[in-house]
Amino acid sequence: MTGTLAALGAGLAVIGAGIGIGNIGGKAMEAIARQPEAAGDIRSNMILMAALIEGAALIAIILAFFIN
Amino acid sequence: MRKAIICTFGILFLTLALLTAQDHSHHNHDHNHSHDHSSHGHDHSGHNHDHHGHDHSGHNHSHDGHHGHNHASHGHDDHGHGHHCDCGKHDDSFDAGAVAFHHIMDANQFRVFGDINVPLPCFLKSDDGFKAMLSSSFGNAGHGNGKYAIDKYVMVHGTVMRVADEGFPMGKVEVNCYGHEEIVKDGKELPLFTVSYQGKCWKLHEKSTLDGGILGGGITSFYDFSITKNVFTMLLGFLILFLLFRTAAKAYTTRKGMAPKGIQSLLEPVVLFIRDEVAVPFFGHKADKFLPYLLSVFFFIVGLNLIGQIPFFPGSGNVTGSLSVTAVLAIFTFVITTINGNKHYWEHIVWMPGVPAWVKIILTPVEIMGMFIKPLTLMLRLFANITAGHIVLVIFVSLIFIFGGAPSMYESGNMGGSILGTAMAIPLTMFMMAIELLVAFIQGFVFCILSAAYIGAAVEDAHH
Repeated sequence: MTGTLAALGAGLAVIGAGIGIGNIGGKAMEAIARQPEAAGDIRSNMILMAALIEGAALIAIILAFFIN
Repeated sequence: MRKAIICTFGILFLTLALLTAQDHSHHNHDHNHSHDHSSHGHDHSGHNHDHHGHDHSGHNHSHDGHHGHNHASHGHDDHGHGHHCDCGKHDDSFDAGAVAFHHIMDANQFRVFGDINVPLPCFLKSDDGFKAMLSSSFGNAGHGNGKYAIDKYVMVHGTVMRVADEGFPMGKVEVNCYGHEEIVKDGKELPLFTVSYQGKCWKLHEKSTLDGGILGGGITSFYDFSITKNVFTMLLGFLILFLLFRTAAKAYTTRKGMAPKGIQSLLEPVVLFIRDEVAVPFFGHKADKFLPYLLSVFFFIVGLNLIGQIPFFPGSGNVTGSLSVTAVLAIFTFVITTINGNKHYWEHIVWMPGVPAWVKIILTPVEIMGMFIKPLTLMLRLFANITAGHIVLVIFVSLIFIFGGAPSMYESGNMGGSILGTAMAIPLTMFMMAIELLVAFIQGFVFCILSAAYIGAAVEDAHH
């Protein structure tokens, strides 16, 4: 039972991270399209932000892993 | 400057190697503690040629009934001599999850293929004293298991374990087979490994970990200071990076004033990229002070990620996907942040200016928690990304066996299914390998840029 709940929790965390990273990617693409000359800065900030969101999701997944 | 980089490298990697050698906490491997008396004295049921020859399976059964929670092992088939071991229960079918799990773990020997292992030195410390030997002295009974017990130490699935019982003989004795079962203690399933010797099942201890049982494990009857697979890979990575950077650094004196060439022109753009895109934006005029650390973690992580991607012998070690290694790296960032933090940084953590007092009471604990959560996420991000990559790759390769429907990893299954599985596995594995190549660089870069952001926030000059 806890295993199923943990799997559900991990799935929910992944949904959240997916929405977040999707937003970042979409907005970054828009920004690059508007200002192609700033592509380098935007790209490294995009990776940084995606990594931060990923961190939150990973904590949830690791917790699910250990509770399981 | 170049000398500083090389010195930092040397110190960082030697420290890392020593630290991991001391504590490769088996995050994904819970240890059984000495107070669960589960499979003690299980007499086995007569497959083995023992002196007693009694069939005690009834006894065994009642014991199982008493515990009621013994589960079949996850595809760990331990029958060293081609028959079933009676310590623990067995499920012979191929289990991709177990194979992947086994792959990402550290080991005391380096498996090349099949039953061919590269021996690694083992340094073991217990109450009976210190013991140094090669992992090959355990012999080879197949599947990474050892044939002999040496001073109570045995080799199970490539990992050294120790017989917990006092009555087990010292010296070199031949053991029969190994068992594995899951016991339930405090609502958690814990693996329990056993070895069969002279018709008795002896409970095994896994190595002590220093994490205090948070990640499973705890203090058992022995410590393992061995050069394990991960430590070996780390030393290899250290050597490769050292030679690369030595060559590049030399070129700056021998080829002074000339255009970069060879390794120099491979590394220079990367070093400049880290300096211009990471160090300078976050540190400004203090960039030179922290650049050596950033370059060290970047090349260390990227180098070991790439070595881990090589699917055969010197590669394949899951070093950056091991929590202890990423924890040490994250602790470095945490320590550098903390000791370099200026007044401005501490003020903003403990008692931030310009904020009402009642908000400060809420914010201060959050900020203090944040201090520790930052390195924690650094640690988990790298660990989870690399481990997930390794697991997915192994699962994709396992498609061949899953579709083949082989009864176990060492037996043949159905040919048509295997061909279908191979047809799926090859493109999927190649695709995943390409993604992982990207991830290897991205995770190195992310660790580096986040470290820079955390340290940068601590050394930033006040501007308000």
